[in-house]
Amino acid sequence: MKIFVLSLVALLLLPVVAMAETAEQKGLAIAVEADLRDNGFGDYSSTMSMVLRNKHGQESHREMRVRTLEMDGDGDRSLTIFDTPRDVKGTAFLSFSHKIGDDDQWLYLPALKRVKRISSHNKSGSFMGSEFAYEDIASQEIEKYTYKYLRDETCGDLDCFVVERYPVDTKNSGYTRMVSWMDKGEYRPWKVEYFDRKGSHLKTLLLSDYYQYLDTYWRAHTMVMENHQNGKTTHLYMRDFEFQTGLSEADFNKNALKRAK
Amino acid sequence: MWWRTFPLALCLTVCSVLPCLALEFSGRIGAETRGFLSSPLYAGQQDHDASLFSDIELYHEFDSGSSVIFEPFIRLDSADTQRSHWDIRELNFLYVGDAFEARIGVSKVFWGSCEFVHLVDVVNQTDLVEAPDGEEKLGQPMLQFSFIQDWGVVETFLLPYFREPTYIGSGGRLRPPLVVDPDAATYESGAEEYHLDVTLRYSHTLLDMDFGLYYFQGTSRQPLLSPIVKQGEMRLAPHYEQMSQFGLDLQYVLGGWLWKLETLHRSGQGRSFSACVGGFEYSFVGIFDSNMDLGLIGEYVFDDRPDDYATVYDNDVMFGLRLAMNDLASSKLLLGMVKDTRTSSLITTLEASRRLTDWCTLDVTAVLFTDIDSHDVVYGLRDDDFIKVEAVLYF
Repeated sequence: MKIFVLSLVALLLLPVVAMAETAEQKGLAIAVEADLRDNGFGDYSSTMSMVLRNKHGQESHREMRVRTLEMDGDGDRSLTIFDTPRDVKGTAFLSFSHKIGDDDQWLYLPALKRVKRISSHNKSGSFMGSEFAYEDIASQEIEKYTYKYLRDETCGDLDCFVVERYPVDTKNSGYTRMVSWMDKGEYRPWKVEYFDRKGSHLKTLLLSDYYQYLDTYWRAHTMVMENHQNGKTTHLYMRDFEFQTGLSEADFNKNALKRAK
Repeated sequence: MWWRTFPLALCLTVCSVLPCLALEFSGRIGAETRGFLSSPLYAGQQDHDASLFSDIELYHEFDSGSSVIFEPFIRLDSADTQRSHWDIRELNFLYVGDAFEARIGVSKVFWGSCEFVHLVDVVNQTDLVEAPDGEEKLGQPMLQFSFIQDWGVVETFLLPYFREPTYIGSGGRLRPPLVVDPDAATYESGAEEYHLDVTLRYSHTLLDMDFGLYYFQGTSRQPLLSPIVKQGEMRLAPHYEQMSQFGLDLQYVLGGWLWKLETLHRSGQGRSFSACVGGFEYSFVGIFDSNMDLGLIGEYVFDDRPDDYATVYDNDVMFGLRLAMNDLASSKLLLGMVKDTRTSSLITTLEASRRLTDWCTLDVTAVLFTDIDSHDVVYGLRDDDFIKVEAVLYF
């Protein structure tokens, strides 16, 4: 993966020498740099709490554990185990993300001890009834979007790049474009605005409580997704991050999915 | 035979180890009532029933990834003494090594890809009194070895004890005119329920296709039922034959479509026969500019046995709709229809479920039997249309 990204960077840098960088080139360069800075994490596990809130203020909670494995030359693999609500306890979700094409996904249903392959084709479906779509929580591979640098802007106390992204799979994504605010120092996203297929502003994601792990990898501990069209919000709290725990491919196959508890 | 004392020895071993461990405790208790829309056809049956059930799970995972689990189940039913029953769904030790897994004890294994019919699923016996649609299974004593390689997973199961299915008793609805008497069971094998059944399975994922192939040799999970007279009463006596079966299950992802196939070939129960079920599933996400998802399921099942009474699924088309509201309560609506292509018989199921709190769910199900043909296995159930309400507490 590193070699591949480096060669991508090299390719990007070559024309820069020759001519002025276009907005598209600068957008991609920013995305590549952000990806490069997160390279080499190996694996990590974390716990995720979701609080779903509707426009009447009613709440529902979801709790899950997530394990992620970085792959050479391919997208990340992840295993998500649901702990609450109690009626879905033990349900587990295995995903092999790919840079190009649909991700491979399997769901484990504990009542029947059944592993079911599911289609990841329709990316806009709601994840666990939340305002996060599957495509929002999936591994954000560079190749899944095209980019355009818009402008520099201050965001809070930081100087940010404002970059627009466009899904490559225009047919099955719920979005036409996304605008991200990313700080220039550490390349961390602080805000993302999502625009639906009609081009209207659908959702805004705010990320905060960043912590750095292994002196390198930044992870937001709080994410708030607000849907402007239906008035619902989802708060996502991450905790218990552990990096390089020794997970391997054997922890991300259908047998591991069946064993997940 | 060594395996005759195996369940007892295992029980004693696991039960003595369990109290020493820090166990994860979870489970559910539920209350259910069914109201039948027509008067019963057979003496002893009721217009409605009520029951309570409990399912508890004790689990411990060692640092190595190996684990022990104990899951007892019990149901108490007001109308049917046979439906009041208990079972050990799981009681086993799982060893997890590098590219290797071994399990000893009582467990559940599912093989298959289709939604309406679980044709090739063979290891566990059906807990018929729990769910007339065959969705619930009994725990099966087993010794399992799995070898996980890049080129696929090879599994072998030694099954030292045969479980008879549960049968609906005389007080229960949703049964044929004659009650099955499990005490009158006979076996083709001299070892009876202690016959050592074996199965070998290979499964793999190739790009967008998941498939499994297996061979099973042992006691047939489906009995031959013959009428007998016992204490001046006509009953059905189950006879469990020896069978060998090849099975294949396959699922293929094509964009938003899931294509599924299950097929089997069985010999040993009279003439050899084959059966097959196949179909698709497709989901529309975010319908009507909302958060809601709508799934469509279509399946067709065929069984080449000429006997009308061999199976419900002899030549049927099935259609399903699954609406997920994706609201806070995870409200869901399921519609399922099973239509016999050769007769007028139609079975319709409509199920609505939602979460009341984060630890409590409510489920309402209606099952309707329409124009059931007298040549259909489910003819005895023609007046058993019912509505079921179930509340479950999770802890």
